[in-house]
Amino acid sequence: MDDHMHRLPDVGIDSRPALRSRAKLRHDQVRGRWVILAPERILTPNEQAVDVLHLCDGRRSVAEIAEQLAEIYDADADTIIADIIPVLQGLADAGVLRT
Amino acid sequence: MSDRVPLSDHASTIKPPVGLLAELTHRCPLQCLYCSNPLELERSSAELPTELWLDIFRQAAELGVLQIHLSGGEPTARKDIVELVEGAARAGLYTNLITAGVTLTSERVRALAKAGLDHVQISLQDTTEGGTEIVSKFRGGLERKVAAAKAVREAGLALTINAPVHRLNLARLPEMIEFALTLGADRLEVAHVQYLGWALRNREVLMPTRHQVEQSIATVDAARVRLRGTLAIDFVAPDYYAIQPKPCMGGWGRRFMVVTPSGMILPCHGAQGIPNLNFQSARDCTLQDAWFYGSAFQAFRGTAWMKEPCRSCPQREIDFGGCRCQALALTGDATNADPVCALSEGRAQITEFLAREPDEQHDSKHHRGW
Repeated sequence: MDDHMHRLPDVGIDSRPALRSRAKLRHDQVRGRWVILAPERILTPNEQAVDVLHLCDGRRSVAEIAEQLAEIYDADADTIIADIIPVLQGLADAGVLRT
Repeated sequence: MSDRVPLSDHASTIKPPVGLLAELTHRCPLQCLYCSNPLELERSSAELPTELWLDIFRQAAELGVLQIHLSGGEPTARKDIVELVEGAARAGLYTNLITAGVTLTSERVRALAKAGLDHVQISLQDTTEGGTEIVSKFRGGLERKVAAAKAVREAGLALTINAPVHRLNLARLPEMIEFALTLGADRLEVAHVQYLGWALRNREVLMPTRHQVEQSIATVDAARVRLRGTLAIDFVAPDYYAIQPKPCMGGWGRRFMVVTPSGMILPCHGAQGIPNLNFQSARDCTLQDAWFYGSAFQAFRGTAWMKEPCRSCPQREIDFGGCRCQALALTGDATNADPVCALSEGRAQITEFLAREPDEQHDSKHHRGW
């Protein structure tokens, strides 16, 4: 029932994003890509968005997600934060991510 | 035309389907005036057995289908609905149940959720019991739908309320939005009725006025702003009042396939009304074979079949000439442009129909039935 309260849709570094219960991240074997399946819609996140989504568990904050990605990519966490916030915001606006 | 024709040179460009509409049964406790089932309903004795549906779901997933829509009729009229949902989920499909909700107990909802169901879509005929009965001939349906919707939310499943709108219920569109909001739905679909099949028979009773259509657009626009982040509202405009046709099914044989209760594999749920098309049955043909090689799927796939004004139209890859069934129903030829298109010869009769003095007293209703 967590999905249904009024929420602030803006993603910030303290947000703890997770896919909403109605949205499923699946690997599409036939087309060789990841998809987000939701009622009457199919989103095709790019590779970077998929890496981010795998860390979005509702417990990690955006800052913590960025730190982990910084290790994986050997990149600067602040740069990653700047990159991933618009990605997460886009998914929140599309209604598949709660923040 | 034979059942199976060789692939054209463009064969390699045919992409697999993303969606399967599984019409599990044509049985339904409701008899809605705009039912999208064919005028010739299939009998329960002809329905596919459980094992065949389960095989169809596996085939669909292997073919590339990502979402399955378990529909009807009333899909929960199938005694094996929980087993079917379980099979669809096990095949890896995002599983939607499209139901009237009048026979859906909370116990059944819990069993379906446990079986792996992802999303439930409950139809809303009206926000009054009287209005619900006028459309569906089912008494007390609204109360049952409310109970079913609550059970869906309690089970943690995603919920869409689907409200087909028309002249008889458009005055209560604001109440429909409140209804979806109160029940905690994720999505509301406000869909103007498509005037084919049963709805075409009832066109005189159901067709909204231009004023009603404009008001419905304004109401939905305002609600979308007000409810951003709380309730997503999808709106299907009435194509009679548009100047361009809808890309029916997202293009013929391009995104979706349909399997009927008896196992016929179709490019759209109305395709059997089109003469000279040969369809295959899932009883003796794979979905893959029908999709890539079936003559019915190739008949209107792409743009090569088009006549003018579609053939040279810059919109031809966007609307794909509109709806074949509507072209057939209103112009007598399924290869014509959809007559709602302002560029088509058939448009004159749509314009003429809309310009008539609507008969508010018209009371001849044709409810679906065998």
